[in-house]
Amino acid sequence: MYDSINKLIEDSQKMNLPLWKVIQKEDCHEENISEEESFSLMKKMYEAMKSSEKSYNPKLRSRSGLVGGEAGKIEKRRMNRELLVGDFMGRIMEKALKIAESNACMKRIVACPTAGSCGVLPAVLLTLQEEYNYTDEDMTKALYIAAGIGGVIAKRASLSGAEGGCQAEIGSASAMAAGAVAFLKNGSNDDIANASALALKSLLGLACDPVAGLVEVPCVKRNVVGALNAISSADMALAGITSRIPADEVFDAMKLIGHCMSSEIRETGKGGLAVTPQGEKIRKEL
Amino acid sequence: MNIFDIIGPIMVGPSSSHTAGAVKIGRVARRLMDEDVKEARILFHGSFWTTGKGHGTDCAIVAGLLGLNVDDDRIPLSFDLAKEKKMTISFDKIDLGENAHPNSTKLILKGISGKELEVVASSIGGGRIMVNELDGLTANFSGDYPTLIVHNLDQPGHVAEVTSMLQHKSINIATMQLYRSGRGAHAVMIVECDQEVPKSSIHWLEHLEGIEKVTYYSSQTEI
Repeated sequence: MYDSINKLIEDSQKMNLPLWKVIQKEDCHEENISEEESFSLMKKMYEAMKSSEKSYNPKLRSRSGLVGGEAGKIEKRRMNRELLVGDFMGRIMEKALKIAESNACMKRIVACPTAGSCGVLPAVLLTLQEEYNYTDEDMTKALYIAAGIGGVIAKRASLSGAEGGCQAEIGSASAMAAGAVAFLKNGSNDDIANASALALKSLLGLACDPVAGLVEVPCVKRNVVGALNAISSADMALAGITSRIPADEVFDAMKLIGHCMSSEIRETGKGGLAVTPQGEKIRKEL
Repeated sequence: MNIFDIIGPIMVGPSSSHTAGAVKIGRVARRLMDEDVKEARILFHGSFWTTGKGHGTDCAIVAGLLGLNVDDDRIPLSFDLAKEKKMTISFDKIDLGENAHPNSTKLILKGISGKELEVVASSIGGGRIMVNELDGLTANFSGDYPTLIVHNLDQPGHVAEVTSMLQHKSINIATMQLYRSGRGAHAVMIVECDQEVPKSSIHWLEHLEGIEKVTYYSSQTEI
């Protein structure tokens, strides 16, 4: 995996290849697999994302009973055209909730980058495909873009809540999704980099403070903000708004912030929302 | 780590460490047993005990012991599957000490033939795991490679026997570790390989003088 977005863009120019291809080629070389194998594996990931949304059951509840049925409520309001965010963003919200809830209810999902943030990328990509009729091949290429961005974040910082807090999970997922959207909307490589930088910047500092230590509260609903933030960040980048701090340096900043976070707000369930009176009450009652 | 660790794995939720990692631990233990498990005492340490129930760590471990994969949607139903197979399961808390990873478990297993095995393993993040102990002896391996675990007396020559056998079969060593309980006492050799080791070679090793036990973890055999 690459450790720099700059380097990725440079190589894309040097090799005269699209960014997704550069990401794919490097991985195929490292893992010793063919480009065809890699592409069909990535396509399988996209298909699994589709099924994770389709298999949603609004009647399911998580083992703790804290999560379930939320997406159904949004869907109802969207169908009645009552959502303030409109239909497109409404569908994204709904899917982010569906997939993140399904995860909490022990259904099959694609960790991207993590299980806790599994709703962000599919919510954005599946809705974009519905809206603009992209082929599954286009979507697979977009997944390479997301994977490339996630890879750079993993190399420069971290994708784990235990190391970097929620910014490393929902923040990274949002940055990956923003880059993928910029790619699908024919943005330049710089637009892709700017979209991911803008997305992560808005989520820097996010604590990982799950109630009772479970991937439920606030994780499920944070998938919504990650997904919507990806769309607004991609729109800003596509409009020509740049991130004054380049993507690589934003990732470095996330690492530094992660180091400043005490362990209480890094997935231990010992800080933030987890230790509010209600959070404690929920933990004791489980 | 590769790009399919970023987009992927496909898994049953909710947690890569507490669910997918737990399935993997069970599955590795099942493969080490090399036969169906009849009795499983499952002891949870640290966060596996405190938040395991909410994450489904209990049914995930059992699913793994039954040979299910991390993306099998029968994971939440594993207790029922275990009942059908007449596998008895019990859970308890254990303190494996402050050096143990917070997501650790000790499995005390008995197979259908009466074979016994004790495994201590931890889920180290992103669904990756580490087996820390086998039958009370240190053993650090990931379960990502075919792994040969040789218990022998601490005497000269056993490492050479194992490595020449591997060379003879054109098997490349990925990692290799040696531990001993004391000079001249019990030693253990953990060899992670790039290729599978044939059963005949394992039998050959088992019969060598000074070799006490050979355990083989195949990363491919269907369960």
